[in-house]
Amino acid sequence: MISLPELTFVGILPALLLCAAGVVILVVGWFLRRGVLVVSCAVGIVGIAAALIANNPLRFANDSAFSNMLAVDAYSWFLNIVILIAAGLTILMSVRYLEDEGIAMYEYFVLVLFAAAGMMFMVGGDHILMIYIGLETLSISIYILAGGLPESVKSKEAAMKYLILGGFASGMFLYGAALLFGAAGTLSLTGLAKHFQAGQVGLLAKAGMGLILVGFCFKVSAVPFHMWTPDVYDGAPTPLTAFMSVGVKAAAFAAFVRVFFEALTQFQVDWTQILWALAVLTMILGNVAAVVQENIKRMLAYSSIAHAGYILIGMIAGGKAGISGVLYYLLAYTFTNLGAFGIVALVGRKGEARIMLKDYRGLGNSNPLLAVAMSIFMFSLAGIPPTAGFIGKFTIFSAALAQGYIWLVIIAVLTSIVSVFYYFRVIMKMYMETPETQPAALQLSPATAAALIISTAGVLYIGIFPTTYLGLALESVKPLF
Amino acid sequence: MELVYFYILSFIVVVSAVFVVFLRRPLHNVLFMILTMIGVACLMLQLEAEFIAMVQLIVYAGAVMVLFLFVVMLVNITQADLLSQLSAVRGWAGALVAFAIFGVILTVFKVGGQTAAPQAQAAQHLTNTELVARELFTTYLLPFEVASVLLLAAIIGAVILVRKGR
Repeated sequence: MISLPELTFVGILPALLLCAAGVVILVVGWFLRRGVLVVSCAVGIVGIAAALIANNPLRFANDSAFSNMLAVDAYSWFLNIVILIAAGLTILMSVRYLEDEGIAMYEYFVLVLFAAAGMMFMVGGDHILMIYIGLETLSISIYILAGGLPESVKSKEAAMKYLILGGFASGMFLYGAALLFGAAGTLSLTGLAKHFQAGQVGLLAKAGMGLILVGFCFKVSAVPFHMWTPDVYDGAPTPLTAFMSVGVKAAAFAAFVRVFFEALTQFQVDWTQILWALAVLTMILGNVAAVVQENIKRMLAYSSIAHAGYILIGMIAGGKAGISGVLYYLLAYTFTNLGAFGIVALVGRKGEARIMLKDYRGLGNSNPLLAVAMSIFMFSLAGIPPTAGFIGKFTIFSAALAQGYIWLVIIAVLTSIVSVFYYFRVIMKMYMETPETQPAALQLSPATAAALIISTAGVLYIGIFPTTYLGLALESVKPLF
Repeated sequence: MELVYFYILSFIVVVSAVFVVFLRRPLHNVLFMILTMIGVACLMLQLEAEFIAMVQLIVYAGAVMVLFLFVVMLVNITQADLLSQLSAVRGWAGALVAFAIFGVILTVFKVGGQTAAPQAQAAQHLTNTELVARELFTTYLLPFEVASVLLLAAIIGAVILVRKGR
């Protein structure tokens, strides 16, 4: 007779609610014909709101559940909020997009919810196997969604590329996990930490660490594992690109930090050096390549690579200051990038026909409010006060300076200056140039408007009053140290 | 005696793996891949990991490779198609990378240092399969259940991809 372990559902309740909402949409969508998108969006939002409420108890917990598979702590609490915001805003701005494209695909929302649930399992995972299952749940949902535009060859190409390279990265991750298991005899993060603290650090464990690092770097799209990013971001449906660029990145960074700071602290000297090199390459290549892009989706893809580089600096600096900087940055980046891609989706119109930079000419005249919002997002991406992006960069860079990484910060600041050029190009196009033919002003649906208002407000609010949020981030990283 | 079996099995595995790479017809490649899988399953049996051996047989040799076979037979790729894809330079570069990786893996295992015994304590009176079941439904209960979400997402995906646009 097998006796079940003690089951406490507090930790998995938010993810469980998301899955439940997904299943409800799946069943309801089958019966509805008209208005199916609006109804599934509503169910999704209700599920996410419920998950946000269910997520609250995690803030004051410091526990592990399901025989140490899942950590129930403030760290998961903070990142679950980031993921839920990302999923919620994505769902809000997808309705209009799917209606415009004429895709009555309610499964879209189901997969977004499942992907978010996978992200939460990844964030909370206290065992490499758990992290892997979460990673695959989110990856498979995203592969399918990336190929979601039925008539678009580009979308199919994006899905195929992501699938093959993602499978390769998962393989690397698993191989690394296998080597770590061989070295330590366990895959639980606390078990690994205990084993390595006892002083048995061989080449086997180091090789495992390296391979896991490659797997994570692929998911956060750090150079030289970034090759898929521009093509996939360009080919995927725009709201989904937004979700990928913030949600997947947040979840991957969260698990990256948890694994490396909880289980592999004994190797910190080794992996800090590797990450140093990767961060420098990522920032330089991301920012320089973004300068020459004419397609705004590709530009934002390279910009997202560059931001992965900045976040890596937070990991290199380490300590409470560095990691809380990473958390704050992920929150700020979520609002900013979702908003920017939301506007790209709107301006793109049917069939994503207008995604070049030149299509932004005259937006300041035809849609003044949209242009203001877009400018705020570009300011935030470039890291100019009083936006959230500035505070994020400031915290991460000062944490790195405090640890003595002067050259790293100098490179980061220089590449940020390069980035100002291409972010401001968008603003210049909107206000200083006029198109040959003025297209009709864009009409916003209530859901899209809500998503854009929330992200603009978020960028400004946590940028102008950052103290509370920096405090919360600092409080959330306590379980790791 | 065990050692003799080990060498015979390893020989079969390695030789059929070489055939997988060098034979010209895709059908033969797949058939030899199945032989490799069966050989590996036998090696697992020798290590007294009968559960893994059976999974290897059923999942890989059975399900996955039969799927491969279906695809190969349905798509009906000819030799010319395959060869035109692969230039000689690329082939050699691939071989070089493969050997480099092989070298790295070999070094890692040779001088990798101590491997540790699994920390989970095996109860003596249980068989392999019973132990796996016990662990799956106690320690690994959550990943096991979350895998169902993963599979549901994959099923939805399969339906979406084959469905004609609505």
